[in-house]
Amino acid sequence: MAAHLSSGRVNLTALREAGRRELREFLDKCAGPKAIVWDEYLTGPFGLIAQYSLLKEHEVEKMFTLKPGRLPQADVKNIIFFVRPRLELMDIITDNLLREDRGRSPQRDFHILFVPRRSLLCEQWLKEQGVLGSFIHREQYSLDLIPFDGDLLSMESESAFKECYLESDQTSLYHAAKGLMTLQALYGTIPQIFGKGECARHVANMMIRMKREFPGSQNSIFPVFDTLLLLDRNVDLLTPLATQLTYEGLIDEIYGIQNTYVKLPPEKFAPKKQGEGGKDLPTEPKKLQLNSAEELYAEIRDKNFNAVGSVLSKKAKIISAAFEERHHAKTVGEIKQFVSQLPHMQAARSSLANHTSIAELIKDITTSEDFFDNLTVEQEFMSGIDTDKVNNYIEDCIAQKHPLIKILRLVCLQSVCNSGLKQKVLDHYKREILQTYGYEHILTLNNLEKAGLLKPQTSGRNNYPTIRKTLRLWMDDVNEQNPNDISYVYSGYAPLSVRLAQLLARPGWRSIEEVLKMLPGPHFEERQQLPTGLQKKRQHGENRVTLVFFLGGVTYAEIAALRFLSQMEDGGTEYVIATTKLINGTSWIKSLMEKLEPAPF
Amino acid sequence: EDLLCIQEDGTVLIYNLFCEFKRHFSMGNEVLQNHVLEAKVFHTEYGTGVAILTGAHRFSLATNIDDLKLRRMPEVPGLQKPPSCWAVLSQDRVTIVLLAVGQDLYLLDNTSCSVVTPPGMSPSAGSYLRMAVSFNYRCLALFADSGYIWMGLTSLKEKLCEFNCSIRSAPKQMVWCMRPRSRQRAVVMAWDRQLMGVGNSTEGIHGEHRFVLDEDSYLVPELDGVRILSRTSHEFLHEIPEASQEIFKIASMAPGALLLEAQKEYEKESQKADEYLREIKDQKLLPEAVSQCIEAAGYEHEPDTQKSLLRAASFGKCFIDKFPPESFVRMCQDLRVLNAIRDYQIGIPLTFTQYPLQDGAGLLGPSRLVLRRLYPLAIRICEYLRLSKIQGVSRILAHWACYKVRRRLGKDKSDEEVAHAINQKLGDTPGISYSEIAARAYDCGRTELAIKLLEYEPRSGEQVPLLLKMKRSKLALSKAIESGDTDLAGWAPLPVPTCPHSPVAPQFCKHQERETLKDLYNQDDNHQELGNFHVHSSYSEKRIEGRVGALQNAVDEYYKAKNDFAAKATEDQIKLLRLQRHLQEDFDKPYLDLSLHDTVSNLILDGHHKRAEQLYREFKIPDKRYWWLKLSALANRGDWEEMEKFSKSKKSPIGYLVRVSL
Repeated sequence: MAAHLSSGRVNLTALREAGRRELREFLDKCAGPKAIVWDEYLTGPFGLIAQYSLLKEHEVEKMFTLKPGRLPQADVKNIIFFVRPRLELMDIITDNLLREDRGRSPQRDFHILFVPRRSLLCEQWLKEQGVLGSFIHREQYSLDLIPFDGDLLSMESESAFKECYLESDQTSLYHAAKGLMTLQALYGTIPQIFGKGECARHVANMMIRMKREFPGSQNSIFPVFDTLLLLDRNVDLLTPLATQLTYEGLIDEIYGIQNTYVKLPPEKFAPKKQGEGGKDLPTEPKKLQLNSAEELYAEIRDKNFNAVGSVLSKKAKIISAAFEERHHAKTVGEIKQFVSQLPHMQAARSSLANHTSIAELIKDITTSEDFFDNLTVEQEFMSGIDTDKVNNYIEDCIAQKHPLIKILRLVCLQSVCNSGLKQKVLDHYKREILQTYGYEHILTLNNLEKAGLLKPQTSGRNNYPTIRKTLRLWMDDVNEQNPNDISYVYSGYAPLSVRLAQLLARPGWRSIEEVLKMLPGPHFEERQQLPTGLQKKRQHGENRVTLVFFLGGVTYAEIAALRFLSQMEDGGTEYVIATTKLINGTSWIKSLMEKLEPAPF
Repeated sequence: EDLLCIQEDGTVLIYNLFCEFKRHFSMGNEVLQNHVLEAKVFHTEYGTGVAILTGAHRFSLATNIDDLKLRRMPEVPGLQKPPSCWAVLSQDRVTIVLLAVGQDLYLLDNTSCSVVTPPGMSPSAGSYLRMAVSFNYRCLALFADSGYIWMGLTSLKEKLCEFNCSIRSAPKQMVWCMRPRSRQRAVVMAWDRQLMGVGNSTEGIHGEHRFVLDEDSYLVPELDGVRILSRTSHEFLHEIPEASQEIFKIASMAPGALLLEAQKEYEKESQKADEYLREIKDQKLLPEAVSQCIEAAGYEHEPDTQKSLLRAASFGKCFIDKFPPESFVRMCQDLRVLNAIRDYQIGIPLTFTQYPLQDGAGLLGPSRLVLRRLYPLAIRICEYLRLSKIQGVSRILAHWACYKVRRRLGKDKSDEEVAHAINQKLGDTPGISYSEIAARAYDCGRTELAIKLLEYEPRSGEQVPLLLKMKRSKLALSKAIESGDTDLAGWAPLPVPTCPHSPVAPQFCKHQERETLKDLYNQDDNHQELGNFHVHSSYSEKRIEGRVGALQNAVDEYYKAKNDFAAKATEDQIKLLRLQRHLQEDFDKPYLDLSLHDTVSNLILDGHHKRAEQLYREFKIPDKRYWWLKLSALANRGDWEEMEKFSKSKKSPIGYLVRVSL
């Protein structure tokens, strides 16, 4: 059931197992039947570690969502709160506890499990409210890096980027460093650390520090990873702003993938079989899990969407041919063989049906005029055309009050591709946005400026063309069907972050010193000493394994690009990707927006 | 290893090995009033206990002096004079007192007192004078005034043997002498100059054995024998272990004995070596012979004898295929350590049996040595035994450092120097906790030294709480920030909630209260953030005047921050709010909090073209956008007439091919 985690070069099942073990141990500490009160945000990530069945085995009988008020009735001995260490959640717990009927018998035991870290601040808070003593077990569950796929780990820390770059709150970086320490405990010390950006530097420092804190525990595991590359999201603000054009990227852009699940409009998935089934269309959104456990999805997820259709039709032919074979099956043996393949074939058929439907849904959008216009403007910006003046399309979109996030993405993209906008241009956009969408967005605009997504051109020089040319960020001759370069994921634009990873592996960053200096934050290299005997003797032809950690989020297109590099025949490097959060331009900008609800007059 | 002194008033003083006073505690009021008549210190699996017989002939017990719980035992009925003898027993985790008054034996447990009779007790025994309990609390011996000795189990369910001794006076001391797991038990009694061993074993002490003592001596019962201490000598009386017996018995033909002989002959280059060896090999007893020699070596105290036995074992080993080497190596190591600590300068004459019992890792040597402050030897032993650093060397070094700090050795040295000296020795040895040492320093009142020591502590999680305890909040905060663990940082400022230079203060305050946040920005003259702050709070105002007021504050701050754009925009916002209020009053429709775009659009939808026009001019809406806006609004309204009029009024800035989606 977690087979897809072991499919990659690094077996991430071990990480998941470690997580499950820790969870089981905690649950067993609270003997007897129990109910879990969930911080709702945690349910998704937890689902990737342990299903309800595991909880059930350990006598979890009820599950509630954390909300103020009295706790629901449940005939259980233990109530366990699974929460992130946040003060606002502590207030809710306090409320729950204070309303608990003291006279009820038998008394219920309370426990609290902080994810991913126990917090002195929160405990102090609970203490001040006078409820800290009610908890029998107060523990932490270090769920830092959650395995999403065979080569993908995420902390699912929604606000990591905002906290780091806007609020200079480096908690998530601390968790990232902790997560990397856990990873190293399981997969061996990573001998080489490279990084670019302030946050990257910070994480590397913390890792070195933490290593010093536990010097006794000399890691004797043979290192699986050769290199760790830490990248700040703000080194490459451009990539997430552009519309992703891979299959998975588009699903995320349009429907949003949450913890590997996507909810799709149900109409296309109506059962087509009998007449009666067609009448009442399902109204619940169709929920699908997307990961490489599904053979077909693994094949098409990272392809440019324009190349997906042909694969799907080819698959359709193969499958129908396979079903046709039953007519040729003459002998009992042949029939038996056919039948034995049936479950696999049926699974393949339903998978194909699902993805054909999804592809149709996406196609409706990608063929729309608006999508095309939007993409054209994006591509103009990225290739450096007219980035220095007010763009007509953006103006028109504002005038027609297109969704604000779309506008912000475009304006930010233009700003980034021009190393900042001329003051006049910037002010014009801002004024247009404030007048059209409301003055409350002044704080959102301020946030974007603070994050560097939107800024006035200060130096008077536009570095982007140099960066674009040196790193070959724009490729005119892109091949979407049989790509030969990572630029296929954005049909022309090669994600800067991935280019940095690619150039690090070959020929090394020394060749691009100049450009690295133009990008924000320091770049650095650290080495972690390995005990003798663990030093790797590479066999000929064996690929290096690099862990790329995106601090502040990564998009599916970037992941696709890195996977493409892993699969390149002469690449020599395989990549495992870790991040604070899986993002796309929309979710990213949304996380930076200030939500102001006016009090009703 | 501490010295316990029990004073008459029941105060127990504890001294360490160096007779330095450690602490004291009292055995309670009852003892204080009635004074101590007799006291016994005993050891159980829980630790060291103290039993006291008070002047009122009552017993008070504390089973563990480290976790003091006083227990007053019930009264013994009719007890008018002190018991002739008594002992503390530990059975099934319960501590009880056995006492003898004349011919009667009483068992005192927590709640009751009962009379007991040992099975098989001779009726003519007379009254009890002495009793002895074995080291493991399993055996009990009673001495009666007829010279009669009863030996049995403490459970008083079984008699082992009885004996009539020729001496009737009470011995000065009576103790058990036995070896763990041995069935041979004996009792040793001492009178002034006479020692008597009594036992029933088949091979060991059987019947009565008398020894003459040259000096006044004292007997100490131990795990595997009895120490006889006098002014000039220290002897150890014990049952000879089987292996040693086999080898050293006169004319023994045991394989071990033969092997020892063979090795000796071999050294003399005599062919007899081969004969002996053959003899053992023929019986296929060579492995046993080797084991015997190894085992026996352990029981020897003379290095020469140890060596010859080990040499024999190693000689024998050569003739066996695949004899597992561990036992031999282990023994060599153990003996090396034992001999080292038995040295008269160190003076820990442990027997082999006592040595491994203390700690599987062989830590006994080091930890006892540490208490004696023999740090170098302890470290050398750890290194010799290849103990992991965390288990061994680190702990010793930490002890050393704590001692160093406590001793105020560096009184003439600055704190800096002491800290440096400690760091020099300790370095980054894994498992060293500088914070522990620092805590010790702080306890001794050397705060500055503690801070210096904490500098070397790599774990911020350890640094911060101690620094806070020492009321060094600022330092604690900076350490917390350095660590990157914002939780530590968030916690650190709690006593001083607004530390303006903390990068986490904003985040912290965000939860706490927004007012504190404002103060913070004020302190930093951060006008941009102050402006944002006012905008933010304007949205929680429930009245429009309040909102406008807060926004006006924001405008002021934005101007101070030289952010003209934000200031103007906010002024526009205020202007719009005021206009919207008028519109709301004039048309009795909700206009407040609509964006400018929506306001104009709604005006057009409702046909208030003039008002729309007015806003368009007042807010300088670009033509292009106004056209889009007006056209879509008119189209939505279906007002084609007005649209035609509008389109003719001016040249369209957006062309005439506009598709308005309805």
